[in-house]
Amino acid sequence: MIYQDSKTLLEVRGLRATVNGIEILKSFDLNVKSGEVHAIMGPNGSGKSTFAKVLAGHPAYEVTGGEVLFQGKNLFDLKPEERARAGVFLGFQYPIEIPGVANSQFLRLAYNTVQVERGKEELDPLEFDDFVREKMKLLEMNPDFLDRSVNEGFSGGEKKRNEILQMALLEPKLAILDETDSGLDIDALRVVAGGVNQLANKDNAVVLVTHYQRLLNYIVPDYVHVMEFGRVIKTGGKELALELETRGYDWVSAEYKAGGVKSAGTTA
Amino acid sequence: MTVVATNSYLASLLAGRPQTAPSPLAWFNDLRAHAVDRVGALTVPTTHDEEWRFTDISPLTRIPFQPAYNAAQVDPEDLERFALPEAGARLTFVDGVYVPQLSFNNVGIEVENIADGLNKHGVAIQAHLGRHAAFDANAFAALNTAFLNDGALILVPRNMTVAAPLHLLFMATQKEAASYPRCLVVAESGSAITLVEDFVALQDGAYFTNAVTEIAIADNASVNHVRVQREGAQAFHIANCAVSLAHTSRYHSVSVAFGARISRYNLNVLQSAEGAECAIDGLALINDSQLADTHTCIDHAKPHGTSRQQHKCIVDGAARAVFNGKIMVRQGAQQTNSSQSSRNLLLTAKSRVDTKPQLEIFADDVKCAHGATVGQLDADEVFYLKSRGLSEAAARNLLTYAFGAEIIDRIPVASLKHHLEQTVLDHTNRLA
Repeated sequence: MIYQDSKTLLEVRGLRATVNGIEILKSFDLNVKSGEVHAIMGPNGSGKSTFAKVLAGHPAYEVTGGEVLFQGKNLFDLKPEERARAGVFLGFQYPIEIPGVANSQFLRLAYNTVQVERGKEELDPLEFDDFVREKMKLLEMNPDFLDRSVNEGFSGGEKKRNEILQMALLEPKLAILDETDSGLDIDALRVVAGGVNQLANKDNAVVLVTHYQRLLNYIVPDYVHVMEFGRVIKTGGKELALELETRGYDWVSAEYKAGGVKSAGTTA
Repeated sequence: MTVVATNSYLASLLAGRPQTAPSPLAWFNDLRAHAVDRVGALTVPTTHDEEWRFTDISPLTRIPFQPAYNAAQVDPEDLERFALPEAGARLTFVDGVYVPQLSFNNVGIEVENIADGLNKHGVAIQAHLGRHAAFDANAFAALNTAFLNDGALILVPRNMTVAAPLHLLFMATQKEAASYPRCLVVAESGSAITLVEDFVALQDGAYFTNAVTEIAIADNASVNHVRVQREGAQAFHIANCAVSLAHTSRYHSVSVAFGARISRYNLNVLQSAEGAECAIDGLALINDSQLADTHTCIDHAKPHGTSRQQHKCIVDGAARAVFNGKIMVRQGAQQTNSSQSSRNLLLTAKSRVDTKPQLEIFADDVKCAHGATVGQLDADEVFYLKSRGLSEAAARNLLTYAFGAEIIDRIPVASLKHHLEQTVLDHTNRLA
């Protein structure tokens, strides 16, 4: 939701990034204020997921230009773990399976690391167990998932619920959810989206990276950005997503190439 | 030149044999005499021997280890550190010498030292002792047999299930001492036990453990075998274990190697009748300039046998791990189902592993799968943990721990499992 006097959380200016020497992000701009929900849409290969991974600090992606300020500070001065502790959260498109690490152990380690950073009390295993079970109710997750190895053998939907559970535990300032809707059936989508909606408030922001308008029926965005050619080529309100659903992406690219609309990605 | 030198080394070890009176049992004297002959004919293996290609044992031959004839005093607190609360019986050997005061037996079956057992169970022992662990071509097994005087004896009567683990504790307290632990387990048909062999050190100096274990498992019997090698950092540990499986019997083992400067474990499992089953898991966690070598051979001699094996190595510092896993499927051993996996984690540029799965299949209707991987930690797993706030070090430690914990988790003795998990955790927390 857009609030009048909310603070800017994220400013991305002219961001360029490469993977394996190929430039994927060419001049990416985005402004996100607290309280807002942004959707980044676009065809395959437009650079949506690259943007998400660059923000989280994935080592395979190299930043070659531009800047990103998170709460006014240079995000690239921080290591991936420092970004996470500062309140940047990436919901993975393909959550990683970690055999041998119990989910409960992993969740508690992550939670306590962030708690310490915020000057708060760590929870011991028993306290954490009570705490995490409450959070799991939000996502209608079976507590059995605590005893299993992280994401190992989880279905697509279970993995995504586990991602949002981590978001619920870590309470990030900025959550970037990379194709959280992919691989979800309609019931799971409703539950996961409901979880995200409950976690969103006026002090944090959510950036949804998605192919499909479907997710946006459940999590209503304040801004919709269309990405192509490694940059934002059009920005609009939630109605833009509906238009994309019916008309596809081609008309936006055509419009952009014709130089008709040159919306910078900035929204304020 | 080398041959002479290594021969003389074996002779120097042999010269330390205690002057004991001959046994009243002729077969026992004959067994030892035969072993003495074999030691005389064999040499210390070198890296020119195929079976010792990657393991240079020559540092052993620089020290003339001699047996400790008397057990040193062991502080009760030291014993307590290694005691298993679940154990139904414990036999404690200090520098190879049986210590009755540190041993107990509450399980109502024969768990005693071989020297005492020979008087009562000579016939049963004769049928198995020295019959499974072949020493004709194995210098270390021959040496152990030449020193045969005492050891651990476990006789499990027919259809007897002992739930509480039987603990064999081998403690090293004296520098430059050689010990020759010997263990014989005979599980009669339909019986079931859990055996824990634990090699521990109360000192940091060099010493030599040369162990032989024989396990005979009769029809439909079951043995769980946990083997923990946590010798001192300068120790030489060489062990041979031979297991014989009868009709539809089961052998499950978890062996972990944490200690010793150089360790070598040979495990030979013979499925001598139809429908036998074995599951063999191993973990070597080593650092600095340690070398841990595991050679296993699973011999599917009869049809309908199954075997599953997983061996893992975590190699840190400039350490070196060796794994050679032979699976033999003999002619006629149809419907054998065997799988083997060797997974290795190298934590530094100087760490090294030599792994060799070795399948020899002479039957045509069998299922045999094997695989080996050598690698570093998975970069995506590390990143995933870091993206949740864990430091690089914490992420790496957790993943390394998880890699090892998968094996430790299979130890069916809770206190030992937790203790060893903590050992792995302490080790991985040091990595940073």
